[in-house]
Amino acid sequence: MIAPGGSLEGGLAAIVLLADWITFDPEPAHLVGAGGAIGALLRYGVYRGLSSERFPWPTLAVNVIGSFLFGLAIFAGAGESTIQFVGIGICGAFTTFSSFSVETVQLYERGDRTLAVANAAGNLVLSVAGIGLAWVLVAVGPF
Amino acid sequence: MAPDHPLVRLETLALIAIGGFAGANLRFFALGLFSDVVAVLLVNVVGSFLLGFLVYEAEYLDVVGRKSRLLFTTGFLSSLTTYSTFAVHTAIEAGPGEPLLLAAVVAGNYGLGFAGVLASRSLARWVADDARLPSGGETA
Repeated sequence: MIAPGGSLEGGLAAIVLLADWITFDPEPAHLVGAGGAIGALLRYGVYRGLSSERFPWPTLAVNVIGSFLFGLAIFAGAGESTIQFVGIGICGAFTTFSSFSVETVQLYERGDRTLAVANAAGNLVLSVAGIGLAWVLVAVGPF
Repeated sequence: MAPDHPLVRLETLALIAIGGFAGANLRFFALGLFSDVVAVLLVNVVGSFLLGFLVYEAEYLDVVGRKSRLLFTTGFLSSLTTYSTFAVHTAIEAGPGEPLLLAAVVAGNYGLGFAGVLASRSLARWVADDARLPSGGETA
């Protein structure tokens, strides 16, 4: 960067500009992307800890927890940057629809039709309940 | 290197993080192009179709390697698709006050998501059959 008034001032101005940019005006794509990387890694951790042959517990767990946290961020009145980082980034990537739909179809085609329906309904009901719980916590709690 | 070597584990985490960064960003890009409900429906259906193809491809053909699979499935596609924003749309934006929108959001994501998986299963089977023909069929 070429700044008037000497290289020292120019350098300082550049640092101040950079600090401003980092502190107050992060690029939304960087927030969402960094949150997405964190969410994906956390999801991977849950899958390593909970994997089961009989029922897709890990997907249910990440979807319900992620929906609850997203709800918490919304009801707590989080700003745009926080929603981008925590909501769209972390919660968005932590929860997954593709694994859910593939696993539900697999349950159905291997003959566990009741489990497939329970999985489809359970993910939705518990995730919506998680958002409801977040609303209650914000309404009555310290958030 | 052994599968439990620290560098292999680090590589695994790096692939998932890179995929997660890209997947979340593409979803964010879609949210900027379309209305939120349409954008989430789109990424969920496309992501379900692509993940279904990779999963059934592994079952029938298994051409895609471990690293690519990790990057695309656990990293990219699982982060591209999302359940939390879908649940937020269902609970808050549609809610009990907008029963038609609620039904459309749930039926759209579930119906088209499952249809996407079934379509990719058919595609994977077709590709697998096609790939087996030259070796099995011509020598007979």
